[in-house]
Amino acid sequence: MIRDITIGQYYPAKSVIHRLDPRAKIVCTLLFLVSLFVQNSLLGYVIATAFLGTVIHLSKVPLKFIVKGLKPILILLLFTVVMNLFLNKGGETLVSFWIFQITENGLRVSVFMAIRLMYLVAGSSIMTFTTTPNALTDGIEKLLYPLNKIKVPVHEVAMMMSIALRFIPILLEETDKIMKAQIARGADLESGNILQRAKAMVPILVPLFVSAFRRANDLAMAMEARCYRGGEGRTKMKPLVYHGRDRVAYVIVLVYLAAVFCVGRFVPFSIWIF
Amino acid sequence: MSIKLEEICYVYSPGTAYEQHALKNVNLEIPNGQFAGIIGHTGSGKSTLIQHLNGLVKATSGRLYYEGKNIYEEGYDLKKLRSQVGLVFQYPEHQLFEVDVLSDVCFGPKNQGLSPEECKKKAVEALHLVGLSEECYGQSPFELSGGQKRRVAIAGVLAMHPKVLVLDEPTAGLDPKGRDEILDQIESLHKKTGMTVILVSHSMEDIAKYVERIIVMNQGEKMLDGSPKEVFSHYQELEQVGLCAPQVTYIMHDLKKRGFQVSTDVTTVEEAAEEIINSLKRERQ
Repeated sequence: MIRDITIGQYYPAKSVIHRLDPRAKIVCTLLFLVSLFVQNSLLGYVIATAFLGTVIHLSKVPLKFIVKGLKPILILLLFTVVMNLFLNKGGETLVSFWIFQITENGLRVSVFMAIRLMYLVAGSSIMTFTTTPNALTDGIEKLLYPLNKIKVPVHEVAMMMSIALRFIPILLEETDKIMKAQIARGADLESGNILQRAKAMVPILVPLFVSAFRRANDLAMAMEARCYRGGEGRTKMKPLVYHGRDRVAYVIVLVYLAAVFCVGRFVPFSIWIF
Repeated sequence: MSIKLEEICYVYSPGTAYEQHALKNVNLEIPNGQFAGIIGHTGSGKSTLIQHLNGLVKATSGRLYYEGKNIYEEGYDLKKLRSQVGLVFQYPEHQLFEVDVLSDVCFGPKNQGLSPEECKKKAVEALHLVGLSEECYGQSPFELSGGQKRRVAIAGVLAMHPKVLVLDEPTAGLDPKGRDEILDQIESLHKKTGMTVILVSHSMEDIAKYVERIIVMNQGEKMLDGSPKEVFSHYQELEQVGLCAPQVTYIMHDLKKRGFQVSTDVTTVEEAAEEIINSLKRERQ
């Protein structure tokens, strides 16, 4: 039951995208997200769609997975679309009833907002689908390394992040196991009002917390036994090194960003929508 | 009056990159009152299999009958099934949560809708069965030793008075003394109450002494099924799948190879000793 969560999950495959340096992937994803918000034209979105489509195709992650990842934002998406549809004024009025009006402007903004949100999630899930959590934190650590100069404990934060990420599947599995064990003892988790259901969670939460503390304790002990003492002077078994493909990726994304930006600036919107 | 599995298949995470066939076409019947052992290597599907027995996991395909009724039929009372087929998970002490031992054991009977007095009566009974001393009843379950915690957890399932008791690796992580104590108690429980007991393990030595039937699982399939003597006679096949027969089986086979007139189908150390003495006596005559 709990196994079906896909957001932020790694999809193992052998593809160019999987092989890219995590730093390149993080920066490129950020640039892609920026590209969605600096422009406002149909042609721009056509280019973004083509770009995203190509990346998804290259990554060999089935489209089904990415669509599944969109499900959690469905409500947010609907809310945004409806709000924008009715609250944006300006342009020709297309439909009007009672106090509601749908204007040309509202329609445009709501459609674009929907596309932006969906691409935002799809773009970032492509990154998490193709990068293992460990590589991701490695990349973040390296990218943020300059902050060390102003006394930000970058390594410690990155270590905490990777430990937290590592614990997610463990705790999910543990929850699943404890839930099953309590159901086997006749626990009823599904019926009753909110209060009863909250009470029914106690037999699951108490053992879960106990086990989380136990595991954290064991891990701390194991790290200390191997002389872990923070980031200072610590080297990596697999240091991150940029390859040719990473440079190519940067160039492609920069060209894409420039293209989208120019299209948004210099090609008038009206040509493309009508 | 039994548990019967027909063509049970189970697939983990179907349609994803992590798809995995945990059970393939398993047919099995366990009559009432039997003391059966399920054995298999890690990942052989034994834990998945036993979670089917009380309907915690629903088979991807196949049918499961409990006392003649298909439990996958609509309207089947799974809650009642779960109170009749008690399942003790691996490391069951990790599911303890109450403030004291007695109320933790009461959790099962309470869910069956019994009155507090009845719950308490059943809990005390169950704690007696697993041999926990009375001064522990008021203690927090988290203060007990590993072996004691495990007894409490097993009592938590026993208190529901199941007709079938399924134990997944009840001795994992216990020292040899704790292991023997728990297994001896399970055996005497089986004798006293006549309930069906299904014991899951990956160690032949552990279960050879106790069970009357062994089911060997390998890669989601039932590989062997029979009395310990029958199963251990396939010791070479067992080795191929990463299991092994009890040490005495090997000793007896080696002795026979070197010309001693011993029978090779003994399963326990005691039987082996007797067999060797008898064979020596025969030789002397």
